[in-house]
Amino acid sequence: MIDLVDVSKTYSKGQPAVKNANLHIDKGEFVFIVGNSGSGKSTLIKLLLKELDATSGTVMVNGVNLKNMRRRQVAKYRRKLGVVFQDFRLLKDRNVYENVAFAQRVIGRPTRVIRKRVPEMLTLVGLAEKYKARPKELSGGEQQRVALARALVNRPDILLADEPTGNLDPQNAAEIMRLLEEINDRGTTVVVVTHNKEIVNAMKKRVVAMRKGVIISDEREGEYHYED
Amino acid sequence: MRISTIAYELKQGFKNIARNWMFSLASIVTMAACIFIFGIFYSIVTNVNHIIKGVEEDVPITVLFDENVGDAVIQDVGRRIEGRPEVLEVKYVSAEEAWEGFRDQYFGDSKVAAEGFQDDNPLANSANYEVYVKEIEQQGDLVAYIEGLEGVREVRQSESAARTLGSFNRLVGTISIAIIAILLVVAIFLISNTISTGITIRREEIGIMKLIGATDFFVRTPFLLEGIILGLIGAAIPLAGLYVMYNQVIIHILERFKVLDGILQFVPVWQVFKVLLPVGLALGMGIGFFGSLFTTRKHLKV
Repeated sequence: MIDLVDVSKTYSKGQPAVKNANLHIDKGEFVFIVGNSGSGKSTLIKLLLKELDATSGTVMVNGVNLKNMRRRQVAKYRRKLGVVFQDFRLLKDRNVYENVAFAQRVIGRPTRVIRKRVPEMLTLVGLAEKYKARPKELSGGEQQRVALARALVNRPDILLADEPTGNLDPQNAAEIMRLLEEINDRGTTVVVVTHNKEIVNAMKKRVVAMRKGVIISDEREGEYHYED
Repeated sequence: MRISTIAYELKQGFKNIARNWMFSLASIVTMAACIFIFGIFYSIVTNVNHIIKGVEEDVPITVLFDENVGDAVIQDVGRRIEGRPEVLEVKYVSAEEAWEGFRDQYFGDSKVAAEGFQDDNPLANSANYEVYVKEIEQQGDLVAYIEGLEGVREVRQSESAARTLGSFNRLVGTISIAIIAILLVVAIFLISNTISTGITIRREEIGIMKLIGATDFFVRTPFLLEGIILGLIGAAIPLAGLYVMYNQVIIHILERFKVLDGILQFVPVWQVFKVLLPVGLALGMGIGFFGSLFTTRKHLKV
Protein backbone atom coordinates (compact mmCIF):
# COMPACT_ATOMS: atom_id res chain seq x y z
CA MET A 1 0.00 0.00 0.00
CA ILE A 2 2.71 2.52 0.98
CA ASP A 3 6.31 2.01 -0.13
CA LEU A 4 9.19 4.36 0.48
CA VAL A 5 12.38 3.30 -1.25
CA ASP A 6 15.56 5.21 -0.37
CA VAL A 7 13.62 8.45 -0.01
CA SER A 8 15.41 11.68 0.85
CA LYS A 9 14.04 15.18 1.09
CA THR A 10 16.30 18.19 1.37
CA TYR A 11 14.89 21.71 1.65
CA SER A 12 16.69 24.50 -0.16
CA LYS A 13 18.83 25.27 2.86
CA GLY A 14 20.27 23.08 5.55
CA GLN A 15 20.28 19.41 6.45
CA PRO A 16 18.05 16.83 4.75
CA ALA A 17 14.70 16.53 6.53
CA VAL A 18 14.41 12.87 5.51
CA LYS A 19 17.45 10.79 4.69
CA ASN A 20 17.41 7.47 2.79
CA ALA A 21 14.12 6.34 4.28
CA ASN A 22 12.85 2.84 3.47
CA LEU A 23 9.41 1.90 4.71
CA HIS A 24 6.65 -0.50 3.71
CA ILE A 25 3.13 -0.24 5.14
CA ASP A 26 0.51 -2.87 4.27
CA LYS A 27 -3.17 -2.31 3.68
CA GLY A 28 -5.09 -2.18 6.96
CA GLU A 29 -2.07 -1.52 9.17
CA PHE A 30 -1.95 0.93 12.10
CA VAL A 31 1.44 2.63 12.26
CA PHE A 32 2.88 5.24 14.60
CA ILE A 33 5.68 7.41 13.27
CA VAL A 34 7.41 8.86 16.30
CA GLY A 35 10.26 11.20 16.98
CA ASN A 36 11.02 14.59 18.44
CA SER A 37 10.68 17.94 16.68
CA GLY A 38 12.83 18.08 13.55
CA SER A 39 13.03 14.32 13.23
CA GLY A 40 11.39 14.45 9.77
CA LYS A 41 8.10 12.74 10.62
CA SER A 42 5.90 15.61 9.41
CA THR A 43 7.94 15.85 6.20
CA LEU A 44 7.19 12.18 5.69
CA ILE A 45 3.44 12.91 5.89
CA LYS A 46 3.84 15.80 3.44
CA LEU A 47 5.62 13.48 1.02
CA LEU A 48 2.71 11.03 1.26
CA LEU A 49 0.22 13.85 0.68
CA LYS A 50 2.30 15.04 -2.27
CA GLU A 51 2.54 18.45 -0.69
CA LEU A 52 6.26 17.94 -1.23
CA ASP A 53 8.25 15.92 -3.75
CA ALA A 54 11.13 13.70 -2.68
CA THR A 55 14.55 14.99 -3.63
CA SER A 56 15.54 11.41 -4.41
CA GLY A 57 14.10 7.92 -4.05
CA THR A 58 10.62 6.59 -4.76
CA VAL A 59 7.34 7.16 -2.92
CA MET A 60 4.70 4.64 -4.01
CA VAL A 61 1.11 4.70 -2.77
CA ASN A 62 -1.42 2.15 -4.03
CA GLY A 63 1.09 1.17 -6.69
CA VAL A 64 1.42 4.73 -8.03
CA ASN A 65 4.78 6.48 -8.09
CA LEU A 66 4.03 9.96 -6.77
CA LYS A 67 6.93 11.47 -8.66
CA ASN A 68 5.32 10.57 -12.00
CA MET A 69 1.97 11.92 -10.96
CA ARG A 70 0.73 14.88 -13.03
CA ARG A 71 -0.56 18.00 -11.29
CA ARG A 72 -4.14 17.38 -12.34
CA GLN A 73 -4.00 13.84 -10.94
CA VAL A 74 -2.97 15.04 -7.47
CA ALA A 75 -6.50 16.11 -6.49
CA LYS A 76 -7.93 12.69 -7.35
CA TYR A 77 -5.07 10.98 -5.52
CA ARG A 78 -5.74 13.00 -2.36
CA ARG A 79 -9.38 11.89 -2.35
CA LYS A 80 -8.11 8.43 -1.41
CA LEU A 81 -6.43 9.92 1.65
CA GLY A 82 -7.94 11.32 4.81
CA VAL A 83 -5.89 13.83 6.74
CA VAL A 84 -6.06 15.17 10.30
CA PHE A 85 -3.87 17.89 11.79
CA GLN A 86 -2.86 18.97 15.28
CA ASP A 87 -4.59 22.36 14.82
CA PHE A 88 -7.79 20.74 13.44
CA ARG A 89 -7.97 23.17 10.49
CA LEU A 90 -11.72 23.59 10.61
CA LEU A 91 -13.52 26.39 8.80
CA LYS A 92 -14.44 28.78 11.59
CA ASP A 93 -17.31 30.43 9.74
CA ARG A 94 -19.15 27.14 9.21
CA ASN A 95 -20.89 24.78 11.57
CA VAL A 96 -20.01 21.15 12.27
CA TYR A 97 -22.27 19.78 9.54
CA GLU A 98 -20.94 22.21 6.92
CA ASN A 99 -17.33 21.46 7.85
CA VAL A 100 -17.84 17.76 7.22
CA ALA A 101 -20.01 18.32 4.15
CA PHE A 102 -17.28 20.59 2.77
CA ALA A 103 -15.06 17.55 2.09
CA GLN A 104 -17.82 16.05 -0.02
CA ARG A 105 -18.66 19.29 -1.77
CA VAL A 106 -15.13 19.87 -3.01
CA ILE A 107 -15.12 16.52 -4.76
CA GLY A 108 -18.53 17.19 -6.31
CA ARG A 109 -20.70 14.71 -4.39
CA PRO A 110 -24.45 15.24 -4.94
CA THR A 111 -26.42 16.81 -2.10
CA ARG A 112 -28.48 13.67 -1.46
CA VAL A 113 -25.25 11.70 -0.80
CA ILE A 114 -23.93 14.47 1.44
CA ARG A 115 -27.16 14.45 3.48
CA LYS A 116 -26.75 10.74 4.07
CA ARG A 117 -22.99 10.51 4.64
CA VAL A 118 -22.43 13.49 6.92
CA PRO A 119 -24.83 12.38 9.71
CA GLU A 120 -23.30 8.88 9.53
CA MET A 121 -19.84 10.29 10.13
CA LEU A 122 -21.02 12.62 12.89
CA THR A 123 -22.66 9.66 14.61
CA LEU A 124 -19.42 7.66 14.30
CA VAL A 125 -17.44 10.41 16.06
CA GLY A 126 -20.24 11.06 18.57
CA LEU A 127 -21.16 14.57 17.48
CA ALA A 128 -24.54 14.01 15.81
CA GLU A 129 -26.20 16.22 18.43
CA LYS A 130 -23.85 19.11 17.85
CA TYR A 131 -24.14 19.37 14.09
CA LYS A 132 -25.20 23.02 14.27
CA ALA A 133 -22.37 24.16 16.54
CA ARG A 134 -19.55 26.36 15.28
CA PRO A 135 -15.95 25.25 15.94
CA LYS A 136 -15.43 27.94 18.62
CA GLU A 137 -18.35 26.46 20.60
CA LEU A 138 -16.61 23.06 20.79
CA SER A 139 -13.82 21.72 23.00
CA GLY A 140 -10.45 20.76 21.45
CA GLY A 141 -11.39 17.08 21.52
CA GLU A 142 -14.70 17.76 19.82
CA GLN A 143 -13.03 19.87 17.16
CA GLN A 144 -10.60 17.06 16.44
CA ARG A 145 -13.50 14.64 16.15
CA VAL A 146 -15.08 16.96 13.56
CA ALA A 147 -11.77 16.97 11.68
CA LEU A 148 -11.76 13.18 11.88
CA ALA A 149 -15.31 12.99 10.51
CA ARG A 150 -14.27 15.28 7.66
CA ALA A 151 -11.24 13.11 6.93
CA LEU A 152 -13.37 9.95 6.83
CA VAL A 153 -16.46 11.16 5.02
CA ASN A 154 -14.95 10.42 1.59
CA ARG A 155 -14.10 6.84 2.70
CA PRO A 156 -10.34 7.10 2.24
CA ASP A 157 -8.05 4.09 1.87
CA ILE A 158 -5.46 5.70 4.12
CA LEU A 159 -5.85 8.07 7.07
CA LEU A 160 -2.86 10.30 7.81
CA ALA A 161 -2.91 11.99 11.20
CA ASP A 162 -0.23 14.57 11.98
CA GLU A 163 -0.01 14.99 15.78
CA PRO A 164 -3.79 14.50 16.21
CA THR A 165 -3.56 14.64 20.00
CA GLY A 166 -1.02 17.46 20.21
CA ASN A 167 -3.55 20.03 21.45
CA LEU A 168 -5.67 17.70 23.57
CA ASP A 169 -5.82 16.70 27.24
CA PRO A 170 -5.14 13.00 28.03
CA GLN A 171 -8.82 12.07 28.19
CA ASN A 172 -9.67 13.61 24.79
CA ALA A 173 -6.42 12.25 23.33
CA ALA A 174 -7.42 8.73 24.44
CA GLU A 175 -10.87 9.20 22.89
CA ILE A 176 -9.36 10.26 19.55
CA MET A 177 -7.01 7.25 19.60
CA ARG A 178 -9.95 4.96 20.33
CA LEU A 179 -11.73 6.37 17.28
CA LEU A 180 -8.64 5.91 15.12
CA GLU A 181 -8.42 2.30 16.24
CA GLU A 182 -12.09 1.77 15.41
CA ILE A 183 -11.55 3.27 11.96
CA ASN A 184 -8.56 0.97 11.49
CA ASP A 185 -10.67 -2.02 12.52
CA ARG A 186 -13.04 -1.15 9.65
CA GLY A 187 -10.16 -1.62 7.20
CA THR A 188 -8.65 1.84 6.76
CA THR A 189 -4.86 2.04 6.90
CA VAL A 190 -3.94 4.52 9.65
CA VAL A 191 -0.63 6.37 9.89
CA VAL A 192 -0.25 8.54 12.99
CA VAL A 193 2.64 10.94 13.47
CA THR A 194 3.09 11.72 17.16
CA HIS A 195 5.49 12.32 19.98
CA ASN A 196 2.94 11.36 22.64
CA LYS A 197 4.82 8.63 24.50
CA GLU A 198 1.91 7.53 26.73
CA ILE A 199 -0.44 6.90 23.87
CA VAL A 200 2.08 5.04 21.75
CA ASN A 201 3.06 2.82 24.66
CA ALA A 202 -0.57 2.14 25.57
CA MET A 203 -1.69 1.13 22.07
CA LYS A 204 0.90 -1.57 21.32
CA LYS A 205 0.94 -0.90 17.56
CA ARG A 206 3.71 -0.80 14.99
CA VAL A 207 6.13 2.03 15.80
CA VAL A 208 8.51 3.61 13.29
CA ALA A 209 10.99 5.92 15.02
CA MET A 210 12.84 8.76 13.30
CA ARG A 211 15.74 10.89 14.41
CA LYS A 212 17.26 13.73 12.35
CA GLY A 213 15.55 12.48 9.20
CA VAL A 214 16.65 8.88 9.53
CA ILE A 215 14.41 5.90 10.38
CA ILE A 216 16.22 4.44 13.34
CA SER A 217 13.86 1.60 14.21
CA ASP A 218 10.70 -0.14 13.05
CA GLU A 219 9.02 -2.47 15.60
CA ARG A 220 5.80 -4.44 15.64
CA GLU A 221 3.92 -3.70 18.90
CA GLY A 222 6.67 -1.23 19.69
CA GLU A 223 7.08 1.39 22.36
CA TYR A 224 8.23 5.00 22.38
CA HIS A 225 11.60 4.83 24.02
CA TYR A 226 13.62 7.05 21.76
CA GLU A 227 15.06 10.29 23.11
CA ASP A 228 17.38 12.78 21.41
CA MET B 1 -20.32 19.71 -13.17
CA ARG B 2 -23.35 19.05 -10.96
CA ILE B 3 -26.01 21.73 -10.45
CA SER B 4 -25.43 21.54 -6.68
CA THR B 5 -21.71 22.16 -7.24
CA ILE B 6 -22.41 25.09 -9.56
CA ALA B 7 -24.81 26.54 -6.97
CA TYR B 8 -22.17 26.04 -4.27
CA GLU B 9 -19.47 27.75 -6.34
CA LEU B 10 -21.81 30.63 -7.18
CA LYS B 11 -22.70 31.05 -3.51
CA GLN B 12 -19.00 31.16 -2.65
CA GLY B 13 -18.48 33.80 -5.34
CA PHE B 14 -21.18 36.02 -3.78
CA LYS B 15 -19.78 35.32 -0.30
CA ASN B 16 -16.35 36.49 -1.45
CA ILE B 17 -17.88 39.75 -2.68
CA ALA B 18 -19.70 40.29 0.63
CA ARG B 19 -16.67 39.45 2.79
CA ASN B 20 -14.54 41.79 0.79
CA TRP B 21 -17.14 44.46 0.14
CA MET B 22 -14.89 47.54 0.24
CA PHE B 23 -12.65 46.26 -2.54
CA SER B 24 -15.66 44.87 -4.38
CA LEU B 25 -17.32 48.29 -4.30
CA ALA B 26 -14.16 49.99 -5.55
CA SER B 27 -13.96 47.49 -8.42
CA ILE B 28 -17.61 48.01 -9.34
CA VAL B 29 -17.25 51.82 -9.29
CA THR B 30 -14.17 51.75 -11.52
CA MET B 31 -15.76 49.29 -13.87
CA ALA B 32 -18.90 51.43 -13.97
CA ALA B 33 -16.84 54.53 -14.82
CA CYS B 34 -15.09 52.61 -17.58
CA ILE B 35 -18.30 51.31 -19.16
CA PHE B 36 -20.06 54.66 -18.67
CA ILE B 37 -17.36 56.52 -20.60
CA PHE B 38 -17.32 53.76 -23.19
CA GLY B 39 -21.09 54.12 -23.55
CA ILE B 40 -20.95 57.90 -23.88
CA PHE B 41 -18.23 57.81 -26.51
CA TYR B 42 -19.93 55.00 -28.35
CA SER B 43 -23.17 56.99 -28.45
CA ILE B 44 -21.37 60.09 -29.74
CA VAL B 45 -19.45 58.17 -32.40
CA THR B 46 -22.59 56.33 -33.51
CA ASN B 47 -24.55 59.58 -33.80
CA VAL B 48 -21.79 61.45 -35.61
CA ASN B 49 -21.49 58.54 -38.04
CA HIS B 50 -25.23 58.66 -38.53
CA ILE B 51 -25.10 62.39 -39.28
CA ILE B 52 -22.20 61.91 -41.71
CA LYS B 53 -24.14 59.17 -43.43
CA GLY B 54 -27.02 61.62 -43.77
CA VAL B 55 -24.70 64.20 -45.29
CA GLU B 56 -23.34 61.60 -47.68
CA GLU B 57 -26.81 60.65 -48.76
CA ASP B 58 -28.18 64.18 -48.99
CA VAL B 59 -25.36 66.17 -50.55
CA PRO B 60 -24.44 65.03 -54.04
CA ILE B 61 -21.47 65.83 -56.27
CA THR B 62 -22.58 68.08 -59.13
CA VAL B 63 -20.99 67.46 -62.54
CA LEU B 64 -21.24 70.40 -64.98
CA PHE B 65 -20.35 70.27 -68.66
CA ASP B 66 -18.47 72.42 -71.15
CA GLU B 67 -20.57 74.86 -73.18
CA ASN B 68 -22.27 73.43 -76.27
CA VAL B 69 -21.27 69.89 -75.44
CA GLY B 70 -23.44 67.32 -77.23
CA ASP B 71 -25.95 64.94 -75.65
CA ALA B 72 -23.82 61.98 -76.73
CA VAL B 73 -20.91 63.20 -74.61
CA ILE B 74 -23.21 63.86 -71.61
CA GLN B 75 -24.68 60.39 -71.87
CA ASP B 76 -21.23 58.86 -72.19
CA VAL B 77 -20.07 60.68 -69.04
CA GLY B 78 -23.23 59.46 -67.25
CA ARG B 79 -22.54 55.86 -68.21
CA ARG B 80 -18.96 56.08 -67.08
CA ILE B 81 -19.94 57.54 -63.71
CA GLU B 82 -22.63 54.90 -63.20
CA GLY B 83 -20.03 52.23 -63.88
CA ARG B 84 -17.93 53.32 -60.88
CA PRO B 85 -18.25 51.01 -57.83
CA GLU B 86 -18.31 53.88 -55.28
CA VAL B 87 -21.39 55.47 -56.90
CA LEU B 88 -24.72 54.95 -55.19
CA GLU B 89 -26.95 56.89 -57.57
CA VAL B 90 -26.69 59.24 -60.57
CA LYS B 91 -29.44 61.72 -61.45
CA TYR B 92 -29.51 63.79 -64.60
CA VAL B 93 -30.72 67.37 -64.15
CA SER B 94 -31.44 69.25 -67.39
CA ALA B 95 -30.83 73.02 -67.69
CA GLU B 96 -34.60 73.59 -67.40
CA GLU B 97 -34.88 71.50 -64.26
CA ALA B 98 -31.86 73.29 -62.81
CA TRP B 99 -33.51 76.68 -63.41
CA GLU B 100 -36.83 75.52 -61.99
CA GLY B 101 -35.13 74.29 -58.88
CA PHE B 102 -33.18 77.52 -58.49
CA ARG B 103 -36.26 79.64 -59.16
CA ASP B 104 -38.34 77.82 -56.58
CA GLN B 105 -35.58 78.08 -54.03
CA TYR B 106 -34.72 81.77 -54.48
CA PHE B 107 -37.85 83.44 -55.70
CA GLY B 108 -40.30 81.30 -53.84
CA ASP B 109 -43.68 83.01 -53.88
CA SER B 110 -42.37 86.08 -55.75
CA LYS B 111 -43.15 84.59 -59.15
CA VAL B 112 -43.30 88.08 -60.67
CA ALA B 113 -39.60 88.66 -60.00
CA ALA B 114 -38.77 85.49 -61.89
CA GLU B 115 -40.92 86.34 -64.88
CA GLY B 116 -38.11 88.52 -66.36
CA PHE B 117 -36.22 85.34 -67.09
CA GLN B 118 -39.13 83.61 -68.74
CA ASP B 119 -37.60 83.25 -72.19
CA ASP B 120 -34.02 83.33 -71.19
CA ASN B 121 -32.79 80.52 -68.95
CA PRO B 122 -29.84 82.01 -67.00
CA LEU B 123 -28.72 78.46 -66.27
CA ALA B 124 -28.70 77.36 -69.90
CA ASN B 125 -25.33 75.72 -69.42
CA SER B 126 -26.21 74.13 -66.13
CA ALA B 127 -27.34 70.68 -67.22
CA ASN B 128 -25.62 68.40 -64.78
CA TYR B 129 -25.41 65.08 -63.08
CA GLU B 130 -26.05 64.76 -59.36
CA VAL B 131 -23.88 61.93 -58.16
CA TYR B 132 -24.41 60.28 -54.75
CA VAL B 133 -21.52 58.28 -53.29
CA LYS B 134 -21.69 55.27 -50.98
CA GLU B 135 -18.94 56.43 -48.61
CA ILE B 136 -17.77 60.00 -48.12
CA GLU B 137 -14.14 58.84 -48.02
CA GLN B 138 -14.41 57.73 -51.67
CA GLN B 139 -15.58 61.14 -52.85
CA GLY B 140 -12.08 62.55 -53.52
CA ASP B 141 -11.09 59.72 -55.87
CA LEU B 142 -14.37 59.89 -57.74
CA VAL B 143 -14.12 63.67 -58.20
CA ALA B 144 -10.58 63.29 -59.59
CA TYR B 145 -11.85 60.63 -62.00
CA ILE B 146 -14.81 62.69 -63.21
CA GLU B 147 -12.68 65.82 -63.64
CA GLY B 148 -10.52 63.85 -66.07
CA LEU B 149 -13.47 62.94 -68.31
CA GLU B 150 -13.92 64.64 -71.65
CA GLY B 151 -16.60 67.35 -71.72
CA VAL B 152 -16.63 67.93 -67.96
CA ARG B 153 -16.25 71.61 -67.06
CA GLU B 154 -16.49 71.50 -63.31
CA VAL B 155 -17.20 69.13 -60.46
CA ARG B 156 -18.71 70.68 -57.33
CA GLN B 157 -18.50 68.81 -54.11
CA SER B 158 -19.67 69.50 -50.57
CA GLU B 159 -17.27 67.32 -48.76
CA SER B 160 -15.86 69.89 -46.36
CA ALA B 161 -18.73 69.53 -43.87
CA ALA B 162 -18.63 65.77 -44.08
CA ARG B 163 -14.86 65.75 -43.80
CA THR B 164 -14.98 67.96 -40.70
CA LEU B 165 -17.49 65.62 -39.11
CA GLY B 166 -15.39 62.64 -40.12
CA SER B 167 -12.31 64.19 -38.53
CA PHE B 168 -14.28 65.03 -35.39
CA ASN B 169 -15.49 61.46 -35.23
CA ARG B 170 -11.97 60.10 -35.54
CA LEU B 171 -10.83 62.49 -32.79
CA VAL B 172 -13.66 61.35 -30.50
CA GLY B 173 -12.82 57.74 -31.31
CA THR B 174 -9.13 58.20 -30.54
CA ILE B 175 -9.77 60.05 -27.28
CA SER B 176 -12.30 57.45 -26.19
CA ILE B 177 -9.94 54.57 -26.96
CA ALA B 178 -7.20 56.26 -24.91
CA ILE B 179 -9.48 56.94 -21.92
CA ILE B 180 -11.05 53.49 -22.07
CA ALA B 181 -7.60 51.87 -22.25
CA ILE B 182 -6.50 53.71 -19.09
CA LEU B 183 -9.73 52.83 -17.29
CA LEU B 184 -9.47 49.23 -18.42
CA VAL B 185 -6.03 48.95 -16.86
CA VAL B 186 -7.33 50.53 -13.63
CA ALA B 187 -10.37 48.23 -13.60
CA ILE B 188 -8.28 45.10 -14.18
CA PHE B 189 -5.86 46.21 -11.47
CA LEU B 190 -8.66 46.81 -8.96
CA ILE B 191 -10.44 43.55 -9.73
CA SER B 192 -7.13 41.73 -9.47
CA ASN B 193 -6.54 43.41 -6.08
CA THR B 194 -10.01 42.44 -4.89
CA ILE B 195 -9.49 38.84 -5.90
CA SER B 196 -6.04 38.61 -4.33
CA THR B 197 -7.43 40.04 -1.06
CA GLY B 198 -10.15 37.39 -1.22
CA ILE B 199 -7.52 34.71 -1.76
CA THR B 200 -5.56 35.95 1.25
CA ILE B 201 -8.68 35.90 3.44
CA ARG B 202 -9.50 32.38 2.28
CA ARG B 203 -5.95 31.02 2.26
CA GLU B 204 -6.62 28.54 5.07
CA GLU B 205 -9.80 27.30 3.44
CA ILE B 206 -8.01 26.92 0.11
CA GLY B 207 -5.26 24.93 1.84
CA ILE B 208 -7.85 22.57 3.32
CA MET B 209 -9.62 22.26 -0.03
CA LYS B 210 -6.36 21.28 -1.70
CA LEU B 211 -5.59 18.67 0.93
CA ILE B 212 -8.95 16.98 0.68
CA GLY B 213 -8.82 16.65 -3.07
CA ALA B 214 -10.39 19.75 -4.63
CA THR B 215 -9.36 20.25 -8.24
CA ASP B 216 -7.68 23.46 -9.41
CA PHE B 217 -10.87 24.24 -11.28
CA PHE B 218 -13.01 23.89 -8.16
CA VAL B 219 -10.73 26.15 -6.11
CA ARG B 220 -10.49 28.81 -8.81
CA THR B 221 -14.11 28.91 -9.93
CA PRO B 222 -15.53 31.04 -7.06
CA PHE B 223 -12.84 33.67 -7.72
CA LEU B 224 -13.52 33.66 -11.45
CA LEU B 225 -17.24 33.96 -10.75
CA GLU B 226 -16.53 36.78 -8.32
CA GLY B 227 -14.67 38.65 -11.07
CA ILE B 228 -17.44 38.04 -13.59
CA ILE B 229 -20.15 39.14 -11.13
CA LEU B 230 -18.22 42.33 -10.26
CA GLY B 231 -17.73 43.00 -13.98
CA LEU B 232 -21.38 42.43 -14.80
CA ILE B 233 -22.67 44.64 -11.97
CA GLY B 234 -20.10 47.28 -12.88
CA ALA B 235 -21.32 47.20 -16.49
CA ALA B 236 -25.07 46.92 -15.86
CA ILE B 237 -25.33 50.01 -13.64
CA PRO B 238 -23.89 52.55 -16.13
CA LEU B 239 -25.69 50.92 -19.06
CA ALA B 240 -29.02 51.32 -17.28
CA GLY B 241 -28.08 54.92 -16.46
CA LEU B 242 -27.11 55.64 -20.05
CA TYR B 243 -30.36 54.15 -21.34
CA VAL B 244 -32.35 56.53 -19.18
CA MET B 245 -30.10 59.51 -19.93
CA TYR B 246 -29.87 59.06 -23.71
CA ASN B 247 -33.31 60.33 -24.69
CA GLN B 248 -33.20 63.07 -22.06
CA VAL B 249 -29.94 64.39 -23.53
CA ILE B 250 -31.29 64.36 -27.09
CA ILE B 251 -34.46 66.17 -26.03
CA HIS B 252 -32.30 68.70 -24.18
CA ILE B 253 -30.04 69.29 -27.20
CA LEU B 254 -32.95 69.76 -29.58
CA GLU B 255 -34.72 72.11 -27.18
CA ARG B 256 -31.63 74.19 -26.57
CA PHE B 257 -30.49 74.29 -30.20
CA LYS B 258 -33.80 74.52 -32.03
CA VAL B 259 -32.02 75.50 -35.22
CA LEU B 260 -30.65 71.96 -35.45
CA ASP B 261 -34.11 70.38 -35.42
CA GLY B 262 -34.59 68.57 -38.71
CA ILE B 263 -30.92 68.88 -39.60
CA LEU B 264 -29.55 66.49 -37.00
CA GLN B 265 -31.14 63.08 -37.00
CA PHE B 266 -30.16 61.23 -33.83
CA VAL B 267 -29.96 57.45 -33.65
CA PRO B 268 -32.86 55.97 -31.61
CA VAL B 269 -31.87 54.58 -28.21
CA TRP B 270 -32.79 50.97 -29.08
CA GLN B 271 -30.50 51.07 -32.07
CA VAL B 272 -27.57 52.30 -29.98
CA PHE B 273 -28.26 49.71 -27.25
CA LYS B 274 -28.60 46.88 -29.76
CA VAL B 275 -24.80 47.03 -29.90
CA LEU B 276 -23.90 48.87 -26.71
CA LEU B 277 -25.72 46.50 -24.33
CA PRO B 278 -24.09 43.20 -25.39
CA VAL B 279 -20.72 44.84 -25.98
CA GLY B 280 -20.80 46.67 -22.62
CA LEU B 281 -21.84 43.56 -20.69
CA ALA B 282 -19.30 41.41 -22.51
CA LEU B 283 -16.61 44.01 -21.80
CA GLY B 284 -17.48 44.05 -18.09
CA MET B 285 -17.61 40.27 -17.93
CA GLY B 286 -14.38 39.94 -19.87
CA ILE B 287 -12.48 42.40 -17.69
CA GLY B 288 -13.79 40.66 -14.56
CA PHE B 289 -12.95 37.22 -15.86
CA PHE B 290 -9.46 38.00 -17.11
CA GLY B 291 -8.64 40.20 -14.10
CA SER B 292 -9.42 37.30 -11.77
CA LEU B 293 -7.90 34.67 -14.07
CA PHE B 294 -4.51 36.40 -14.02
CA THR B 295 -4.69 36.77 -10.25
CA THR B 296 -5.73 33.19 -9.51
CA ARG B 297 -2.98 31.94 -11.81
CA LYS B 298 -0.48 34.08 -9.98
CA HIS B 299 -1.59 33.50 -6.38
CA LEU B 300 -3.30 30.11 -6.45
CA LYS B 301 -0.64 27.59 -7.14
CA VAL B 302 -2.98 24.69 -6.47
